[in-house]
Amino acid sequence: MLWLVQCGKTRSYRGMTSTYKPTDEKELAELISWASAEARPLELVGSGTKRGLGCPVAINGHGTPARVDLSGIAGVVFYEPEELVISVRPGTPLEQVNRMLAERNQMLAFEPLDWGWLLAGESKPGTIGGAISVGSSGPRRVKAGAARDFVLGAHAVNGRGECFKSGGRVVKNVTGYDLHKLMTGAYGTLGAFTEITLKVLPAPEKTYTLLIHGLKPERAVEALTVAANSPFEVSGLAHVPAAEAARSQVSYVGQADRAITAIRVEGHGVSVTHRMEELKKLLAPFGPLDELHSMNSRRFWSEMRDAWLLPPDHQMVWRVSVPPTNGAAVVAASGADSWLMDWAGGLVWLGYESAAPGQAARIRAAMTEGGHALLVRAPDYVRREEAVFQPQAEGLAKLSARVKAGFDPSSIFNPGRMGAVSLPGAA
Amino acid sequence: MNVIAPEPVAADLSALAARFRRVLAPECVVTDAVARKPFETDAQTMHRQMPGIVVLPETVAQVAAVLKLCRDFGVPVVPRGAGTGLSGGATPVPGGVLLAMTKFNRILGIDYANRCVVAQPGVTNLGITKAVEDDGFYYAPDPSSQIACTIGGNVAQNSGGVHCLKYGLTVNNILGVELVTMDGEVLRIGGKYLDPEHYDLLSIITGSEGLLGVITEVTVRILPKPETVRALLVSFDSIEAGGACVADVIASGIIPAGMEMMDRITIDAVEEYCAPGYPADAAAILICELDGPAAEVDYLIERVTAIATRNGAIGVRASRSEEERLLFWLGRKSAFPAAAKMKPDYYVLDGTIPRNKLAPVLARIGEMSRASGLTIANVFHVGDGNLHPLILYDANVPGEMEAAEHLGHDILRLCVSVGGVLTGEHGVGTEKRDLMPEMFTDLDMQQQQRLKCAFDPGQHLNPGKVFPTLHRCAELGAMHVHRGRTAFPELPRF
Repeated sequence: MLWLVQCGKTRSYRGMTSTYKPTDEKELAELISWASAEARPLELVGSGTKRGLGCPVAINGHGTPARVDLSGIAGVVFYEPEELVISVRPGTPLEQVNRMLAERNQMLAFEPLDWGWLLAGESKPGTIGGAISVGSSGPRRVKAGAARDFVLGAHAVNGRGECFKSGGRVVKNVTGYDLHKLMTGAYGTLGAFTEITLKVLPAPEKTYTLLIHGLKPERAVEALTVAANSPFEVSGLAHVPAAEAARSQVSYVGQADRAITAIRVEGHGVSVTHRMEELKKLLAPFGPLDELHSMNSRRFWSEMRDAWLLPPDHQMVWRVSVPPTNGAAVVAASGADSWLMDWAGGLVWLGYESAAPGQAARIRAAMTEGGHALLVRAPDYVRREEAVFQPQAEGLAKLSARVKAGFDPSSIFNPGRMGAVSLPGAA
Repeated sequence: MNVIAPEPVAADLSALAARFRRVLAPECVVTDAVARKPFETDAQTMHRQMPGIVVLPETVAQVAAVLKLCRDFGVPVVPRGAGTGLSGGATPVPGGVLLAMTKFNRILGIDYANRCVVAQPGVTNLGITKAVEDDGFYYAPDPSSQIACTIGGNVAQNSGGVHCLKYGLTVNNILGVELVTMDGEVLRIGGKYLDPEHYDLLSIITGSEGLLGVITEVTVRILPKPETVRALLVSFDSIEAGGACVADVIASGIIPAGMEMMDRITIDAVEEYCAPGYPADAAAILICELDGPAAEVDYLIERVTAIATRNGAIGVRASRSEEERLLFWLGRKSAFPAAAKMKPDYYVLDGTIPRNKLAPVLARIGEMSRASGLTIANVFHVGDGNLHPLILYDANVPGEMEAAEHLGHDILRLCVSVGGVLTGEHGVGTEKRDLMPEMFTDLDMQQQQRLKCAFDPGQHLNPGKVFPTLHRCAELGAMHVHRGRTAFPELPRF
């Protein structure tokens, strides 16, 4: 007999993984204390849209961990637009946060991805807790910073069932360790968020995009480097080969029939106009130029953000972060069937029609100047066997394990999600 | 005031010094009392302690060897950059080892194509900008000590500066570090790329105040220099009006490069000191700096001027030349030395508050100043709510230093009580260590200390800083859970 707890009511189900749905911090802490005492592994989920990301939660043939559904711990704690700060509970839908901010002309500047497109073939933005837990940053990373740069503070429950907080609600704060930043991108392996405080920024008045047609990857990186090194504050630096560009719903890109190099310029109207003119002068030597405005511009960058331009039937997708000048070489050596480049070459998305032995090794061998290759889409059997995260040097791996144990000594949170599967109590 | 070390150093220091001399050049192991004297304090001069041995390693291998020896001898070790820190983060442990990183002063690589610089930790903050400015780049965080403070110290403290409002703190501007742990292990975290590989350890090493490891290399992001920089000098007849103006600027979607405010006492002090020509009738002045593309800066100057006027500004001047902009800044940059002219000593605080609490907090600070009889000059990074009240005192008057410290702590408690924090950019160190419980519960601090234990289980690295209560790592790691007495009894077992 298995059990499902929902909204405080207990009902029994047969043949299902047990799920607990605490509705507040106290219930969650009690649940975790109990699981910790019993050494029962737990899978923490928000709305479950990113379960396909990272390694599958697994406890080596010991069944499935009970699921803790955090979507019941939801809602906005406070939002003070003039202070550029919002505090939310983790189960709050990301769409709701985005909508609230948009109403006040503000935004989450790190552009959290809608992973649904890659993982489920449809839009599934999930919860804010999920977005912070995977910590992925979009095209604006090059200018605005990473997801963790916008997390000002958090309340969470550790693997002992203890409630703790770190940080605060102000941007300038160096009091104590930034545990909330460490937990950003930790895939729920360190703690369960119960409140997340985020810095928000004004949304740009205008979003324009400068397009260059028909560049080869190396030449595209050169053009993007010129733009990135200019004083014109660009906030997106991407390159899309012809085949992938053809998938774009933006006609200027989709019907270009050529590779597209794209540079985003955002901000106040007069400033955007001025910067576009200056960038056109700088980039004229690279070939014919074109512009995208408003809707088209925003549409293109959301396609880039979600790697939407990769063919949906390519089974394997990698997200590779490298020094920008290494990007084109990684593409060339990868043997990928489809690809996209963002962050001026510093982010490469690689797609393969199917899994094949040696793929990971080939990609990682091409990353001659360091970086992180993360397998983001693959059949489950591959995710179980492949090194989904970049393998760490031994010293760092051991340190990471000690850091994990400092938060979750019985290893009950999302076992295996970031690699090494360890059973509670196992040597 | 002396800060008590967590545990007296009982080891045989001469034996340890002898071992150091086997791996370091003789002049890099300092045991002579006179030569050790300059290391007894950082810029938080209220706290002084004599280190037992000062070492100045020259290579990463030497740093590793020093740390391992300290661990084996059970001797605490305190890392130090230029010693410009304001919170006592580099205060030695009496009789312990002080590890000065000043010989690591080379820039190892400039990589414009990847927009980063790789530097040894002893390179100064300004040294990085100097190395790249002729090519049109700079390193954004600019703590006021930037001419002297080192990049390694900046990482340890997560240093800020006047331009954090737009460009962020150190953590937002570095890409990687090389770190040596207390076990002598050399770890490389991050690099010239943007996504972290696994746990984002860089985000907690930055600002760890020298408790987790010793930084031996830093990769920083550099930015193209803005096309134009202009500043507005705005005067108000009340702090409230100034605060309302700042809130309006930000609410209107403008993020200036910096917004600095000064109160009347500070204005008088700087006029006396360097005569920047600030308005004589202002209760507060605001310097609002805007940088970026020329067209944008000119447009924003107009918009901020309009907002200031709407908020009752009694004077608005926009800089028309670089000379004029620097003149606006002269007074602000001279605020600390100007305060030093008013009284022999000053104690600078660093609390951050939500911007909308500015007026009531400053009013309360005024009352506290009057009640204590100690003058407080207020200069602050108003854009991000980071206050720097300067408490003026005379250490030669018995009891005055203690009174200043006491008043300072009360002000920091006030900051926390309105939703703010103890320190915006100077760090906790020894200075604010005992105030940590104002902000954090025991559980909060224990969770932070467990992180410390993951890096330094013997707690030899910079003990006595940040955390008011020392817990042994074994104690922190223990599980205090008893089977059978589980909480959440209504939940079914599975």
